[in-house]
Amino acid sequence: MKNEALFRYLLRLGDDSLILGQRLAEWCGHGPILEEDIAMTNISLDLIGQAMSLLDYAGVIEGKDRNCDKLGLLRYEKEYVNVLLVEQPNGDFGDTIMRQFLFDAFRKPLYERLVNSSDKQLAAIADKSLKETRYHLKHSSEWVIRLGDGTEESHERVQNSLDTLWRYADELFYTDEVEAKLTVEGILPDLSGIKAEWESTVKYVFSEATLEIPVNNWKFEGGRKGRHSEHFGHLLSELQYMQRAYPNMEW
Amino acid sequence: MKVLETTDLEQKFQDKIDREVKIEPNDWMPDAYRKTLIRQMSQHAHSEIVGMLPEANWITRAPNLRRKAVLLAKVQDEAGHGLYLYSATETLGADREATIDDLHSGKAKYSSIFNYPALSWADIGAIGWLVDGAAIMNQVALCRCSYGPYARAMVKICKEESFHQRQGYESLTKLAQGTPEQKELAQDALNRFWWPSLMMFGPNDDESPNSAQSMKWKIKRLSNDDLRQNFIDATVPQAELIGLKVPDENLKWNEETGHYDFTPINWDEFWQVVNGNGPCNKQRVDARRKAKEEGMWVREAALAFAEKRKKKQTA
Amino acid sequence: MSTKEWPLWEVFIRSKQGLNHKHVGSLRAADSTMALDNARDVYTRRSEGISIWVVESNYVHANDPADADAYFEPSDTKIFRHPTFYEVHEGIKHM
Repeated sequence: MKNEALFRYLLRLGDDSLILGQRLAEWCGHGPILEEDIAMTNISLDLIGQAMSLLDYAGVIEGKDRNCDKLGLLRYEKEYVNVLLVEQPNGDFGDTIMRQFLFDAFRKPLYERLVNSSDKQLAAIADKSLKETRYHLKHSSEWVIRLGDGTEESHERVQNSLDTLWRYADELFYTDEVEAKLTVEGILPDLSGIKAEWESTVKYVFSEATLEIPVNNWKFEGGRKGRHSEHFGHLLSELQYMQRAYPNMEW
Repeated sequence: MKVLETTDLEQKFQDKIDREVKIEPNDWMPDAYRKTLIRQMSQHAHSEIVGMLPEANWITRAPNLRRKAVLLAKVQDEAGHGLYLYSATETLGADREATIDDLHSGKAKYSSIFNYPALSWADIGAIGWLVDGAAIMNQVALCRCSYGPYARAMVKICKEESFHQRQGYESLTKLAQGTPEQKELAQDALNRFWWPSLMMFGPNDDESPNSAQSMKWKIKRLSNDDLRQNFIDATVPQAELIGLKVPDENLKWNEETGHYDFTPINWDEFWQVVNGNGPCNKQRVDARRKAKEEGMWVREAALAFAEKRKKKQTA
Repeated sequence: MSTKEWPLWEVFIRSKQGLNHKHVGSLRAADSTMALDNARDVYTRRSEGISIWVVESNYVHANDPADADAYFEPSDTKIFRHPTFYEVHEGIKHM
């Protein structure tokens, strides 16, 4: 393998996009109004496109002839390294939007840094993805504010979403020897400012939305190490269904 | 000034139609013309929206990521097309919400093809190729419809839909030329979707009482049977080309007429499905109703928020 | 059991720099920000535009089609407003 740390890092990015894209795709045909159905599908499409680029590139780095489909649809559960946040079930529209917002607020500053990666391919993927992500963040923040400062019912619902999902947010900032090594190699720019930027975004949006940041500071993590939630196996059983039922065929 | 009698107005209206002048939203039109259009256009819009469901059922299980993205984009287009059509229907004074309530109460119909289940991945190919193919036949004719907003929506829809049929055929071709299991999936999908696709064009001309008036008003430009025949003539060679067999023992090229002969359609099945006895009627309408009910708090919240912000601005 | 519907908006799109915004259709949205977002998602999925206007449909005023004759026909007879009304010598340039 050319660079194992880079391979593992690309899987982290790729899996986050893939799994969130898959979750959003479940909404297609069932959105709260036609216009928003179309909007969520657009975001899902962007994320799946990002996953394809990232996983294809991961396959190139790995050098074992695995493309985005082999990596995306044929690994075992514990080999996926997405954060737990993105695999959480859609719940109601408030849960989906809150999950999206917490993620977008992280992804935007991340991509803003990755465009400066010394790895040209990663920088190019980040550049394209950044434009998409800026829009995602605009869309999800607007909705969090609308729901938070909408009716009593919507406020209560989306506050519940925040209370539930908050514990998953910290894993977005998980780093280990993978990031450390890539930083030394100059492939990853300095990522240290991301968390502060994320915090200032969520604080601003939650204050506009009249939402309270939960006092519960318990943090769930495990996804980055391949330890997932119960929901994940079911998600994979759909995601992988055709590849498992009809192995080694072209579609 | 002479007050125009309704019959004069109707005559003027028909003259316009005969001269191929489009009718626009605020123009005078006979009540029956308006009603026919509202019925047909809202049915068409509902078909787009309900039609998302059998295909959306396979998005999360698509066999690879490229197919997943293509299917997502395609189903999303259907949502867009539903939206264009609801918007065009609104120009006739039919409010979208009320129109959708008619779908949910069972008062309004939609294309009965969507009451058949999508059971395998091959069905996605078959739906794109046959169902979209049949829809396009119909829609191309509607691009010249006399009502401006409907015709314009159809032009936009036809442009966007041209990829739908191609991706379906491409996907099915891959299966038909694939492993024996894949080929069997493809043939099975064709077997199940062939007849319901032919039924999409509606009853035979002599059983279609409203057709004559719709033709006169140029809401409809080609008859059900003509469209159906065009579809069969176009589709049979496409099936043969990829080695699939159309499930009709009597299908045969007729040199004299220059068309394919085929077995008469089982209209009993058609009417059963239209009237609620299709395999998925209840499931489809329930899914739409659920989406609307579960989205109600979201729509209310957005309105409440908009009003609050407006007040803040003016305060 | 319908609730109040979101207002209807008309959508205008500039397809490229140098061209007018052109009416492309309508949609529902609770406010103008959402109307712009929705217009982007509904009407520019195939790179149809680089700029969007939305106008709440309520604010669009139209002439009564019954007056169309009085509005528009009088100009039909003023053919002298068109350059083709005038004859000039053949071979005249730059005119």
